[in-house]
Amino acid sequence: MVFVIAEQRDRELRKPAKEALSLGRKMADELGCSMEAVIIGEGIGSLADEIASYGADKVYVVDNPFLKYYHPMAYARVIGDLVKEKQPKVVLMGGTQTGRDLLPRVAARVGAGIAPDCTGYRIDGDNIVAIRPAISGKVIVEIGFKSPIKMISIRPNAFPIAEPDTSKKAEVENIPFEPTDAEKKMVMKEFNIKSTGRPELTEAEIIVSGGRGMKGPENFAMLEELADLLGAAVGASRAAVDAGWRPQSDQVGQTGKTVSPKLYIAVGISGAIQHLAGMSSSKYIVAINKDPDAPIFNVADFGIVGDLFKVVPVLIERIKKEKGQA
Amino acid sequence: MKAICFVKSVPDTETRVKLAGDRLDKSEIKYILNPYDEFAVEEAVRKKEAGIVDEIVVVSMGPARAQEAIRSALAMGADRGVHIEDDSLDGSDAYATAKVLVEALKKEGGLDTFQLLMFGQRAIDGDTWTVPSMVAEMLGIPSVCNIVKLDIDGNKAVAVRMVEGGEEVFEVELPAVFAGRKGLNEPRYPSLPNIMKAKRKPINKYTLADLGIDAGTVGKAGSFTEVLKYELPPARQAGRKVEGEPEEVVEELIKFLKEEAKVL
Ligand SMILES: Cc1cc2nc3c(=O)[nH]c(=O)nc-3n(C[C@H](O)[C@H](O)[C@H](O)COP(=O)(O)OP(=O)(O)OC[C@H]3O[C@@H](n4cnc5c(N)ncnc54)[C@H](O)[C@@H]3O)c2cc1C
Ligand SMILES: Cc1cc2nc3c(=O)[nH]c(=O)nc-3n(C[C@H](O)[C@H](O)[C@H](O)COP(=O)(O)OP(=O)(O)OC[C@H]3O[C@@H](n4cnc5c(N)ncnc54)[C@H](O)[C@@H]3O)c2cc1C
Repeated sequence: MVFVIAEQRDRELRKPAKEALSLGRKMADELGCSMEAVIIGEGIGSLADEIASYGADKVYVVDNPFLKYYHPMAYARVIGDLVKEKQPKVVLMGGTQTGRDLLPRVAARVGAGIAPDCTGYRIDGDNIVAIRPAISGKVIVEIGFKSPIKMISIRPNAFPIAEPDTSKKAEVENIPFEPTDAEKKMVMKEFNIKSTGRPELTEAEIIVSGGRGMKGPENFAMLEELADLLGAAVGASRAAVDAGWRPQSDQVGQTGKTVSPKLYIAVGISGAIQHLAGMSSSKYIVAINKDPDAPIFNVADFGIVGDLFKVVPVLIERIKKEKGQA
Repeated sequence: MKAICFVKSVPDTETRVKLAGDRLDKSEIKYILNPYDEFAVEEAVRKKEAGIVDEIVVVSMGPARAQEAIRSALAMGADRGVHIEDDSLDGSDAYATAKVLVEALKKEGGLDTFQLLMFGQRAIDGDTWTVPSMVAEMLGIPSVCNIVKLDIDGNKAVAVRMVEGGEEVFEVELPAVFAGRKGLNEPRYPSLPNIMKAKRKPINKYTLADLGIDAGTVGKAGSFTEVLKYELPPARQAGRKVEGEPEEVVEELIKFLKEEAKVL
């Protein structure tokens, strides 16, 4: 069996969960086995049918007020014990912040190998070999498993979402839950969502990113306008974050986020090796920089050598025209 | 209370990786203290300066060069080191690593001695982000990873964890595991006198036998996963580079966005 941990937020399936479910179905077909999934939270039972629409043969629902928000210990116990009982071949989860926190806990509980943040895999007889970037994206490694259960988290945006079949209804099993004393030693007091109204960086199809060349925080308004026209997220280099122009959460690179969008537009970013570490797996890279020798041009599919303050406003007007907004 | 910081020696962020066949060519790599671990050590040192922590122990598992990572942490203000070195540890995966770190912690007094277990969110070589959560699960204690803020009050801590689109604020009872990231603090550059002082700080050395670990349960032999092969990511080709009047270059970009990237 392939077992998928389906992550929800505010009672909605997250995009990386849909990616994991879609991949789970595909792997199950390739391995000739079933795919089952677990959903955990409060008031989330109604998501079971949606999970089934991505091909889950059975959905385990753990619904309890204590589990409304992510709880590393309680989530790991419930899921870990389920995994121990069901002994799936593969456990899959989206490599979100939750996934990258929870799956290692589950692996430690079960006693199984884990390959996190995978971007590929291959089937080797009855075994699975996971493919993942490491050393900040400077190498791609193949990870082989010796444990019967294989834990894999997948990098957001690395695998496609299948077309859901909404005619499918889930076979549901409810899993009872009571918190332990140890688990009560930890509570989430607040969950502060700082919505920008734009997609999350790691999940965005398109990212418009600005660096020191933006010269000041006020000039990011231009990039936000461009981003909104494209339905994009806004990112930043460390130089722009350290200058206090952009929040920490916008930083792309070695000490920031790793992103794999379809299109990454780097504006006034030189392309330092630590910045490339976070975005070089983007499908297409566009760079706007006034220095023809900026290293970003070595990785850009399309580069404009020019003053961003002249180019970006023209680009915005031109895209508006394209979208019939001008 | 006492803090224990887990640190790793990793290739410098400037490293250009080379391969020898399908393995890593380590000959020209320069190693540093994992940058994420600097956040962990800095936070512990600040808690010591604030009078909350009275001793900071730094633990690293790894070959001889792990000593240098420990010394860097000692120069930042940690008090003493623990170095776990054993040829049988080569090839340990994340699970085996976590297991060894748990045994080293126990050897040093365990959770009766240490209330603050500090980690980096991620080691920039293996890049798995797994060891802190695994250690916490093995010990059955809370963990808050990817944190940008840590406040301690008595035996309770409030830690702010960065997630997609926001922050999770956790209140936990100590002992607990915390894993730091950029934003938690601004790690200090050790002063020359502190670098000199660090050379005289004690480092305990342990082998697997000292920790009572059977060599067959760690390293290449005892790990659940292994790195089968290394490849370089497909090299990106420099594409087209255009220069000229904004209207003209933008026109070409629009064409690229429509026909190649297909986003318009
Ligand atoms: C341990 C470590 C970790 C790091 N982690 C990260 C990380 O996570 N992310 C990250 O980004 N960096 C990181 N760095 C920093 C990295 O080395 C660079 O310093 C940083 O990426 C530079 O940011 P930048 O490209 O915005 O600035 P700069 O390198 O100063 O580049 C600015 C660019 O803007 C161009 N420009 C200026 N004005 C204009 C204009 N009017 N029109 C067009 N172009 C213009 C310039 O030609 C230049 O190329 C890290 C460094 C270290 C040592
Ligand atoms: C290219 C490559 C790919 C790998 N892929 C995998 C894989 O997919 N699965 C797997 O199980 N293993 C993998 N490994 C092995 C893994 O890197 C090691 O087991 C390592 O010791 C722990 O994982 P990490 O480096 O990813 O640490 P992370 O979990 O990313 O590190 C987080 C924190 O844990 C602490 N820490 C980590 N290692 C040590 C240490 N040795 N001593 C003290 N503190 C430490 C530090 O505080 C660090 O900041 C890989 C190794 C390499 C070189």
